Amino acid sequence: MKNHVKAVVNGEPVEFLCEGTDTLLDVLRNELHLTGTKEGCGSGDCGACSVMLNNRLVCSCLVFGSEVSGADIETIEGMSKDGELHPLQQKFLDNAALQCGICTPGFLVAAKALLDRQPNPSESEVRYWLAGNLCRCTGYDKIVQSVLDVAADMTTGERR
Amino acid sequence: MIYQAPGNIAEAIRLLSSNNQQIRILAGGTDLIPQMHTRRVNPQLVIDIKKIPETRSIQFIDGSYVIGSAVTGAELSEHLPLQRDWPGIVEAFDLIGSTQIQSRATLGGNLCNASPAADSVPALIAAQATCRIAGPKGERIIRVEDVVISPGRTSLQPGEFVVSFTLPTKHARSADAYLRLIPRTEMDIAIVGAAACLSLNEEGACQELRIALGAVAPCVVVAEKAAQILVGTRLDEKSLKQFSAAISAACRPINDKRGTIEYRSQVAGVLACRSAKIAFERASRNREGSLA
Repeated sequence: MKNHVKAVVNGEPVEFLCEGTDTLLDVLRNELHLTGTKEGCGSGDCGACSVMLNNRLVCSCLVFGSEVSGADIETIEGMSKDGELHPLQQKFLDNAALQCGICTPGFLVAAKALLDRQPNPSESEVRYWLAGNLCRCTGYDKIVQSVLDVAADMTTGERR
Repeated sequence: MIYQAPGNIAEAIRLLSSNNQQIRILAGGTDLIPQMHTRRVNPQLVIDIKKIPETRSIQFIDGSYVIGSAVTGAELSEHLPLQRDWPGIVEAFDLIGSTQIQSRATLGGNLCNASPAADSVPALIAAQATCRIAGPKGERIIRVEDVVISPGRTSLQPGEFVVSFTLPTKHARSADAYLRLIPRTEMDIAIVGAAACLSLNEEGACQELRIALGAVAPCVVVAEKAAQILVGTRLDEKSLKQFSAAISAACRPINDKRGTIEYRSQVAGVLACRSAKIAFERASRNREGSLA
């Protein structure tokens, strides 16, 4: 039995049919063709599939598609506005805070969630907040530094 | 698999009592969905309890907190009065998983998954929390420590589910604390967890103490005899040494990749001392606050 689900993704109303076992990740990628959200482990350990669900950071592989009826979802595709990259996206590029890129959408969504709550985090706060996002390429330092750089830019009013 | 999200308890029980062979309750899904992924469980019906209002609220009723079984870790941490009154329970749950997991994982799920290493369960048991269980024969209230009967198994009967937890009325000169040891600083499973819930007498000595230990036996160990050693003391070094040895003796752990029997037993003694000390300091501050 398929479930008929209506939700809002990146500000746009969407409707889809999903099987009971389909995860939100399956729905985003296969039904809505939003393939920016990546599947890493499929068990909630790596954070590559991170999205915002009703303003909470979640692993979309640990949510059933049927659960999001009426929910507000934000994915990496909603992060840039009017063709302009979000400051975090730009900083990741400037600092080369990615190599293979599979973890990057998840890191960006998670880092934005942190800065939206805490615009001026310490390095420890950044590292703890991002502990559920794994990167096997960079060694994390450039990612953490990028988040801190954007926080500093935002605080001094260079951006936003 | 069929997904259903009933909006009230009666509807949930009706669904739970249907003839599907394999039914699973879904709260945060952080244990259930990976188990389904690896085909450890293969339910025909999944019942999401998050649309039932009683499972999703934190209320303060007649001096006690009533916490819905599907309240998440993030919601517990953001609830400042709960954080102030029951810091041990909140810090125990906060140790579980990543930011992403905290957004979804629930108190009821942590209990009913019935892992010996569940972090919030020793804290709930030390606090003498009870849970409200609804089922086809009506409702019942049982102690949290009577829910898990062996790793992966609970005492819940077919058709039953946990609706909420009730914490006892908090004594003015009391406090709780929880510590755990894992092989790294984040994102791992407890080698040992130690919860302490303590109240002081008017003079500021330990009047009552409950210690609950996780990951050192098939179920949480309530170390009553060991806790008795500290009653009447101000947690002096000599009493703590005796207490620590008694805690280690109360453990019945296993050897596995996270730790040996000897290591777990010794660490349990150390962590129980530290948890008791933290609870003692917090209770002392609460006592001063209540005198002021």
